[in-house]
Amino acid sequence: MSITITNLNKQFGTYKALNDINLEVNSGELLALLGPSGCGKTSLLRIIGGLDVGDSGKLLFHGEDVEQRNARERNVGFVFQHYALFRHMTVFENVAFGLRVKPKKERHKESEIKRRVHELLNLIQLDWLADRYPSQLSGGQRQRIALARALAVEPKILLLDEPFGALDAQVRKELRRWLRRLHDDLHITSIFVTHDQEEALEVADRVVVMNKGKIEQIGTPDEVYAAPATPFVYQFIGSVNLFHSRDHAPWAELHGDAVAYVRPHDIEISRIQQNNNALQVEVKLVRAIGSVVRVEVATEGSSEFIEIELSRERFDTSPLVNGDKIFIRPRQFRVFATGEQNELSAA
Amino acid sequence: MSVSSHSLQRKISTHESKSITLLLIAIALGYLLIFLCLPLFAVFYEAFSKGWKLYLEAIKEPDALSAIKLTLITASISVPANLVFGIAAAWAIAKFEFHGKSLLITLIDLPFAVSPVVSGLVYVLLFGANGWFGPWLQEHDIKLIFAVPGIVLATIFVTFPFIARELIPLMQAQGKDEEEAAISLGASGWQTFWRVTLPNIKWGLLYGVILCNARAMGEFGAVSVVSGHIRGMTNTMPLHVEILYNEYNFVAAFSVASLLALLALVTLVIKSLVELQARRSGQPLHHGA
Repeated sequence: MSITITNLNKQFGTYKALNDINLEVNSGELLALLGPSGCGKTSLLRIIGGLDVGDSGKLLFHGEDVEQRNARERNVGFVFQHYALFRHMTVFENVAFGLRVKPKKERHKESEIKRRVHELLNLIQLDWLADRYPSQLSGGQRQRIALARALAVEPKILLLDEPFGALDAQVRKELRRWLRRLHDDLHITSIFVTHDQEEALEVADRVVVMNKGKIEQIGTPDEVYAAPATPFVYQFIGSVNLFHSRDHAPWAELHGDAVAYVRPHDIEISRIQQNNNALQVEVKLVRAIGSVVRVEVATEGSSEFIEIELSRERFDTSPLVNGDKIFIRPRQFRVFATGEQNELSAA
Repeated sequence: MSVSSHSLQRKISTHESKSITLLLIAIALGYLLIFLCLPLFAVFYEAFSKGWKLYLEAIKEPDALSAIKLTLITASISVPANLVFGIAAAWAIAKFEFHGKSLLITLIDLPFAVSPVVSGLVYVLLFGANGWFGPWLQEHDIKLIFAVPGIVLATIFVTFPFIARELIPLMQAQGKDEEEAAISLGASGWQTFWRVTLPNIKWGLLYGVILCNARAMGEFGAVSVVSGHIRGMTNTMPLHVEILYNEYNFVAAFSVASLLALLALVTLVIKSLVELQARRSGQPLHHGA
């Protein structure tokens, strides 16, 4: 089921949580809402799920206005950061809950409920935990149970609020791969909220980058990473070096104040000056981590470090040591005027 | 090196000498003995000082039976009333944001802060013959003060913080995630309350009910003001004890008093059982009151 959001606003007191949000979610896609905490992503998710109400704007499911429908009637599955499992119920009863509270006419027979719950528990490979209580499970198991519970009512839309936020790194990685596979099998329109860029880029079909209640960019993981639309996206996703026009004029060539944004892997190095735009820098720190080598350099008299990422092969052809004087040149960069959000030119 | 010397220091600073430890324990136990155990023992000792027969007679006497009955009636009205109020107030405070929330929390504590006698007087002032609503009540032939309704009202007032105060911190700690999950799974408000909220707070609720009940049965001050002490009609057990005592009828006074003391002991036992059960079920109680 597709979701259309137009001109959505939400205010908490004097704080604008959502500022004129326009978003189209395609049927069957897995969308990530990515942004720092307090950017409004959770508010947006809760409004879609009917747990909160927007102040103004429109929300359509498959072209149909759902503003008048409360959370109960939206047929949306919600997965919470802290699982929100019913602590006094077994795993089985948790998953069965949505089936048991259906109106009498729609309610399935007990045998059918049993069959469907076990089918779901098998899907998440936790059928053997059916008689346990939530407090006896690990975080990763709890979140998978929470997902099975949400899926039990066959929702048309699945909303996940920082689903892996409370888990440790290893489990997170495992679970997000698992979520991706599950989504490929079920094809439910899904939106998940995260502040972890790696998670968003790895799992989602499309990523919505949010900041201060506004959408900064919508695009595929590759688009938001390779072609950030705003300085914020540049800085929030991946690492970036900033070059100010007053210090590095040839790079940020503009009338007035401007900043050039360059990814660490988009910087070319050479031992000799090959063109006038090259900047002379001194190597301050070399860190070889796995297949990439991170080199930190600084221009003379500057305390600001510039980060460069080299492939291991490139590095091995001419290894650098601290104190080496080299020349750097951006392969690809983007210039934004200082203090302005709109893009001015692209290289 | 620095770590081990640090832990050594900590060991010493929390380790008192044997004599001080013994002294502290002795003080605590002695205090308990003099102020709690001795009076409790005295109540039962006095009650049975003239034998079983007189004890039973004092309890079976019509005025005593009437007092017991009135006490039970009062508790059976005020506890359910405060149960409903307590859940509603705790729900509102824990799950919603609204203006005047802190004022409501403060007001719930009011009966704890005000002397029971004053709470009783307030009702006389409102509903007594010369009170604000007195003439209107008389016109419609409704008797509140010096009658059972007044006693119930005063008791409700004095005991309403118990359940609410027990539930508010518990429900605040549990948050509203589970309720939201239930709603998003298609549960109605009632279904959410009965299937999710109530099971989560049941031990805290039971604990509050027990304390509320103990206080409702034992309340003296507020009830004394509004009751009028009419024997066989508006006397509750505590009031009956006082009357008997003032008449130098010590055996009878202590016999009825022993029932109240017994109630206290039973309350303590149930309370401990509830606490134990709550810990076992993984929902330790948050004591607010």
